[in-house]
Amino acid sequence: MDCEEQKDTEAKAPSVVDRYYTRWYRADMKGKPCEDHCILQHSNRICVVTLAETHPILQNDRTIKSINYQISNGCSRLNNKVSGKSKRGGQFLTDFAPLCRITCTDETEYTIYSCIRGRLLEVNECILETPSLLLEKPSTEGYIAVILPKFEETKSITENLLSREEFEKVLSKRAVAQPQPS
Amino acid sequence: MLPLKEKDKPIVQKLLAAGCCARCVLRFCCVSVHAAYRQPPQVRLHYSPGFKLGASGENNKSHDAAGSDAHEEPPSKRAKLEPGASGDMSGEDAAAVAGQRDEELRVCVVCVGVLQELCDATQASKVCVRVCSQMCWGLFSAVDELTCPFWILQHSCWLHVKKELREKSAKLDKDDVVQVKEAFKWVMQGLVAKELGGSTLCSQSKFEVGVEFSHPETDADCHFLASTCPDCFKPTKNKQSVFTRMAVVKALEKIPEDRHSPCPPRRPSSSCVPLDVQCLHASVFVAGRYNKFCRSLPQTPWLIDGERRMESSVEELIAAPVLSSFRAAGFNFSSSGREDVDVRTLGNGRPFAMELLNPHRSSFSTAQMKQLQETINKSSDKIRVRDLQIVSREAMSRMKEGEEEKTKSYTALVWTLKPIRRDDISFIDDIQDLTLDQKTPLRVLHRRALAVRHRVIHSMSARFLDSHHFYLSLKTQAGTYIKEFVHGDFGRTKPNMCELLKTDTDILELDVESVDVDWPPSIPE
Repeated sequence: MDCEEQKDTEAKAPSVVDRYYTRWYRADMKGKPCEDHCILQHSNRICVVTLAETHPILQNDRTIKSINYQISNGCSRLNNKVSGKSKRGGQFLTDFAPLCRITCTDETEYTIYSCIRGRLLEVNECILETPSLLLEKPSTEGYIAVILPKFEETKSITENLLSREEFEKVLSKRAVAQPQPS
Repeated sequence: MLPLKEKDKPIVQKLLAAGCCARCVLRFCCVSVHAAYRQPPQVRLHYSPGFKLGASGENNKSHDAAGSDAHEEPPSKRAKLEPGASGDMSGEDAAAVAGQRDEELRVCVVCVGVLQELCDATQASKVCVRVCSQMCWGLFSAVDELTCPFWILQHSCWLHVKKELREKSAKLDKDDVVQVKEAFKWVMQGLVAKELGGSTLCSQSKFEVGVEFSHPETDADCHFLASTCPDCFKPTKNKQSVFTRMAVVKALEKIPEDRHSPCPPRRPSSSCVPLDVQCLHASVFVAGRYNKFCRSLPQTPWLIDGERRMESSVEELIAAPVLSSFRAAGFNFSSSGREDVDVRTLGNGRPFAMELLNPHRSSFSTAQMKQLQETINKSSDKIRVRDLQIVSREAMSRMKEGEEEKTKSYTALVWTLKPIRRDDISFIDDIQDLTLDQKTPLRVLHRRALAVRHRVIHSMSARFLDSHHFYLSLKTQAGTYIKEFVHGDFGRTKPNMCELLKTDTDILELDVESVDVDWPPSIPE
C-alpha cells in the first residue's frame, strides 16, 4: 500500500519543512556578503526566520559564543509577549528590524534581521541554552524567531525575497565571482 | 362562563362607540376565558345573565335566549341560528339588528380585522393547507406575528378607556389587556385543530405556525412616532426597519398621553391583508459516530480564500441523506474533536451530532433511523456511520463535556533518519504517563493563542516494520498533538520522538483508533 511506496522512496521523502513550508531567501542582508537569511513560510502564513545554510556563522566550523536578543538598551526580544488568538501585544517588526546578535568564539558578531514585516510571536529561547542547535539544525530546531505577517500582506511580504530557485542562481554567481579556496 | 359583568358596562359602551369589535371589547375588559373568544363575532356580547348589549344598547329576547343556549355549542352551529332568529323579529327589531350588522361588518379600530373575518374558518383552512403541505405530523402550537401599528392602535384605545378600566378594578393595568395575538391564537387554535382532525394543539409544542398581517393604511402611524420621539428610532445595521416592536413600545411609553393622537383610533376603511403563513419546527438533533477511511477528505468543507479545496467532506457526506430524510432547511455539525484531512478515523469512530434546522419531518422509528444510516453508508465508501439516533438538545452537551479529560488512541507510521533495529525501539513500550510540554503547533498558531500546554501520553507501544519505519500506538489525553510529538515541531514540543530516539523522526501516516467518549449510546447492530 502507501507505506510500501514510502519505504522505497525514503531517501527522497519530503521533510516537514518540505511538506508544509515555502523557503524564501534574503541574500547578503544589508549588503554584508553571504549573510543570507532563510524565511520558512507555512501555508497558514506563519513565518519562521532561520539562517540560510550559506550564512557565515554556519561556515568553517565556527562556534557560537553568545546569542543576544537584547537588540538595544530599551528593547529585548525576550520581553515579547502575545496574548489571545489575535496575538495582541507582540512587537511589530519591519524588514530590517534586528532580532538578535550572535557572537562567535572568533569575536565576529552578526545581526540577524526579521526580513519580513509582521508581528513577532516568539523567539527561540532554546538556542540560548544550547547554541549548538543553531549550527546543527539551522532550519528546524535552531530557528531564530516566529513572525505572523498581516493577513493582507501574506503575499506581498515575500515580494522582496528570493525564491529557492533565484537564491540558487545568486549562489552560483557567487561561486563564479569568488571561487572557494580549495 | 359569563365573562362580562354589569360593572363592565361603561367600558363596553365606550369601546363599542369607538368602533371596537366584540373580541376587542373582551380583550379590553381583560377577559381571559378562551371559549368567549371562540364565539363567532356575529354573536353579540353577553355581560350579565339574560342581558345582552348591542351597539345600540338594545335588548332582544329571542337573540338572548339563543345566545345563552348556544354558548357552549360549536361556532358553526351557532352562526346558523342567527338568520332564523332575525326572521321572527318585528320590523323595528330587525332594523336595529340590521344596524348592528352594519356595525359588525365595519372594520374594528383596534385589531383592524384580525379578530374579525381574518380569524374565521376560511383563514384557518389557509393555515391548515400550509401546515399539511409542509409537515408530516401534527402536534403544534400557533403564534401570530403582528406588525407595529397594532401597538399604536392598542395604546390609543387603552388611553381611551383607561379611566373606566381603572374604575372597574384599580389593579388592572395595560398589561392585563389581552393581546391581539393571544385572542387570535385562542380563536384559531380551535378552528385549526378541528380542520386538521387528529392534531393536538398545545402551548409548548415544538412546531409553530406564524400568521403575518399587514395594514398599509396604518403603517404611516409609525412615522408620527418617529417625528415625536426620534431618539427611539435610531437605525442599526442589522435591522430592516427602525420600527421594531421594542422601539415602538418604548416610544409609546415616552410620549405624553395628551399628545397621543388620534384617541380613540380612527375608523379604518379596510381590513388587514393576511400575508404569509409560516411554519417553523424547533431543531431536531441527530447523533452518531463516524469512521473516515480516506486520507484526502476534510471533516468540514475546506475553503482557502473562498476557494474550495478537496471535493467533499465528512460533514457533507453525512448531512445530505439526513437533510433529505428530515426535510430540514439546514444543519449545524459538531463533533468530539476533529481529525486532519490526511488522518483516518477507525475503530468505533468519532462521536458527532447535528442540529437540523426547521425539519419538516421529526419522528423516526428505530428501524427508520437504521435505514437512514444504511443510506448514508451506501452513499460513500469514504465514511461509515454507526449509532445514528435522535437525541435531545441537552444530551448534545454530553459530547463537549469533559473534552479535556477523555482519552484517544492513535496509530502512527514513524520514519527514522538513522536505521533502527527491533530492540532500539522496545523501550518505548515501557513509557507510562509521559507529560509533554507542547507549544501551540506552528500549524495552528495562526488561529489559536500561543501557549504551552501540558498533555499526557498515558502509554505507547512500538511495532517494528523495517530499518527506517515502525508503527507507534499511543493512548493520550485529548488535545495532544500527535504529529508534533513525532516530528518535534522545530523543538517546540518537548519531549518528542526525535529526542527519545536520538535521531530525526517524521510521521508519515496517522490513524485515530478510538475516541473514548461514551456518548451517544451504542445501538446494537
